[in-house]
Amino acid sequence: MSLFLNILVDGLAYGMILFMIAVGLSVTMGLMRVINLAHGGFALIGGAFAHWLTIKAGLSFWVAAPLAVLGTMAVALPLERLIYRRIYGFGELQQVLATIGLTFLMIASINLWLGSSLLAIKLPAVLQTSVDLGFRTLPMHRIVVIIAGLAVIAGLWLLMERTRFGIRLRAAVDNRATASALGIDTGVIYGVTVALGAGLAAFGGVLGAELLPIEAYYPLRYMVLFLIVVAVGGMGSITGSFAAAIALGVIDTASRYLVPEYGTIFFFACVLAVLAFRPQGLSGRA
Amino acid sequence: MMTGLRVRGLSKSFGGLRVAEGIDFDLPPGARKALIGPNGAGKSTFGNLVTGILSPTEGVIEFDGQNIARLNEAQRVRLGIAKTFQITTLFRHLTVRENIVLPIIERERRGARFWGRATAADHADEAQDLLAQFGLEELADRPVEALAYGQQRLIEMALTLALKPRVLILDEPAAGVPSGDSHLIVEAIERLPEDLAVLIIEHDMDLVFRVAQSIVVLVQGRILTEGTPDEISQDPRVREMYLGGAHAETGS
Amino acid sequence: MSIDKTTTKQPSRYASRLAGARSGLFGIPLLAEALLLAAAVAAFYLFPYNLAFLTRILIMIVLVLSLDLILGIAGIATLGQAAMYGTGAYAAGLFAIHVWADPVAGLLAGAVAGAAMALVSGLLLMRSHGLTLIMLSIAVAQICAEIANKARPITGGADGLRGIRPDPILGMFEFDFVGRAGYFYALAVVIVIFALLRIIARSPFGLTLRGIQESPSRMRAIGTPVYWRLVSAYTLGGAIAGVAGALAAQVTQLVSLEAYSFNLSAEALIMLILGGTGRLYGAVIGAVVFMVVHHVAAAVDPFNWLFIIGAMVLGVVFFVPTGFLGLPLALQRLFGGRGHDDRA
Repeated sequence: MSLFLNILVDGLAYGMILFMIAVGLSVTMGLMRVINLAHGGFALIGGAFAHWLTIKAGLSFWVAAPLAVLGTMAVALPLERLIYRRIYGFGELQQVLATIGLTFLMIASINLWLGSSLLAIKLPAVLQTSVDLGFRTLPMHRIVVIIAGLAVIAGLWLLMERTRFGIRLRAAVDNRATASALGIDTGVIYGVTVALGAGLAAFGGVLGAELLPIEAYYPLRYMVLFLIVVAVGGMGSITGSFAAAIALGVIDTASRYLVPEYGTIFFFACVLAVLAFRPQGLSGRA
Repeated sequence: MMTGLRVRGLSKSFGGLRVAEGIDFDLPPGARKALIGPNGAGKSTFGNLVTGILSPTEGVIEFDGQNIARLNEAQRVRLGIAKTFQITTLFRHLTVRENIVLPIIERERRGARFWGRATAADHADEAQDLLAQFGLEELADRPVEALAYGQQRLIEMALTLALKPRVLILDEPAAGVPSGDSHLIVEAIERLPEDLAVLIIEHDMDLVFRVAQSIVVLVQGRILTEGTPDEISQDPRVREMYLGGAHAETGS
Repeated sequence: MSIDKTTTKQPSRYASRLAGARSGLFGIPLLAEALLLAAAVAAFYLFPYNLAFLTRILIMIVLVLSLDLILGIAGIATLGQAAMYGTGAYAAGLFAIHVWADPVAGLLAGAVAGAAMALVSGLLLMRSHGLTLIMLSIAVAQICAEIANKARPITGGADGLRGIRPDPILGMFEFDFVGRAGYFYALAVVIVIFALLRIIARSPFGLTLRGIQESPSRMRAIGTPVYWRLVSAYTLGGAIAGVAGALAAQVTQLVSLEAYSFNLSAEALIMLILGGTGRLYGAVIGAVVFMVVHHVAAAVDPFNWLFIIGAMVLGVVFFVPTGFLGLPLALQRLFGGRGHDDRA
């Protein structure tokens, strides 16, 4: 029972992290049809800012984390204008190449600034404690992550369903040409969407630093993971990303606990099975 | 048994939408039939049902006595049923010659040969002859995307003819062709082999009346009537559909 | 009749490619191949202490050539070529240790193993496209890596497969310490594979693959069994990737889990796009340029070489999207010349 709870809590927390990082990727891939292999770089940048702010500048985590997220969004906006906007019309291979080049530059920049070793983020004392539920204790950090993840999906739901921006974004994802013809400024939407996705990735990167350690090669190391979440969830679908991230997070954690001798075979076999039977992903359009 | 194409009771539904209903249709060798009807009548759908891009909900499709309803598109092509695309779909970055050679290669079942040259003598010669028939021989080495739309439409027809089909369906062959060039299409149709069974799906009435021996009128997925050009042009229901009434075209 | 009616549309990027394929560099057939061969031989004499590195370049050329077949010609976009490379490497290594240490036989073993892996995975992969195809190909390679990792008794696991001692090539040329025999052995393999791919690219099969890349629906409409054609192409590409892996196993006398790594697939893809797809030369040029820049930049500054590679990659994408092969045409246009596409 205790094992089951461990798996559930760790798996959910891991899934929430994956969701927060990957959701921006899913939406931008569904919206702009850009294969963005540099998306993990936003999580890295967020984590790097948080590292510098907490360790080098000595700020409190509660100040550093929002600053890191805002800082990443501030980096993402000009990147969208300068680079992403130019590659929207490119062929898929060119987009892959461009975003890989961008990833290399991101990694090299972080390397130059902060070196290539692990970039720790100083968590506040409260996040390092455990919550005593009576029958067992749970790490506070994991609980906060799970709550944060739920807050994010709730917030996204509100954004998509209840705001004008959300409606326009959904329209643009559904049918770009028509949305544009209806006067929806797709340029602004793209910029805001990339920034929002980057901000969420940074948030996930900072919160998830214990599970996915921040270091310069982070984007390359975990890119496959984020792409898998998007592919399994269905490009462009927020609920799909959520379902895929949670499912994959739990499955991965479970296989680590229960069948560690099989390593990642089980995980990738599951991915293979899902994509073989439902190539468009859980919530994707056929 | 060379009876050509036989369709009986062909019907197709997309969910609740019935796009074809109880169609009976014959296309024997040497036929020159035209399929006309207002927008949304289901003409292209019928063409796609015959070629296998769509599978019927009900009905029988036979070719030379053989039931082909289970066969996919590529298999039907190999039997001899071919259709041009309504929207010109060519191999844009390949040359005109390569566009014509490809169907020849497939027809000869040489698509799996990884030795020899694609544009080997016999393929290239046959392609050149076909291009000459359409007056396009001097363009053979140009990439298709550099050609004018009217010429691309002709290449679409030449490409389909290179398959040496027994049944040829031309899906709006004159659509989008500048009026100065449409005579090229008409002449090409008039030069088609005599024993080929030809069905032309068209809106252009001049073209239809010029080449068709028999005209089938499709309205909302059903056949309204079939007859010679004279009979059709005098049929009051058809006249109302195309010429008169407060609303000439019914919607989809 | 209608020549005067041709429109002046944007010159096709591919027109120069087609023209070049027919008439050779500057109109001389096989000139490009001769120059590349001369460069390869010259490199042997110019850099006698870097033969291991040069041989690695040759091995990568074979891998990138295999990718050019499936991606450049047939249009199958994957990030899983390492699955076949690694399988070929382990197969050749195990073959040399347990069965027969003849190098050429080992290459064949690698080819067969690569082809088998490609055939089995291709039956699934060719049913999908786009992002799904990419992810499936990655998953296959990762599963292979994990299996190799767990099968320690056979593969050596994370420590790698050691003890590969190939016999002399053709019974005559021993693999020497400096790597002289290895270099020319690899070069011979490159020549054979290049020639083979040339033949395939010009064959009816090759043309149908290009047709499938242009328009799968059109190909179906002329009776092509598209799925099976793609499976064949993927299998053939897998065989060649397997040869590359086998070559690596024999020359370095070691096979590690890196042979299945995602980085390898990604680097091969970068090299191909950098060089230019579909003409085989691009595979050669891209591999050489990428590896040389990587080598030089990493030697100059091991921490900042990624800046150089990143900048180079972005530069190519924005200024010469068709890769280095498109450079002559781009330069010509830049300096006011006309494109090649008016040449018949």
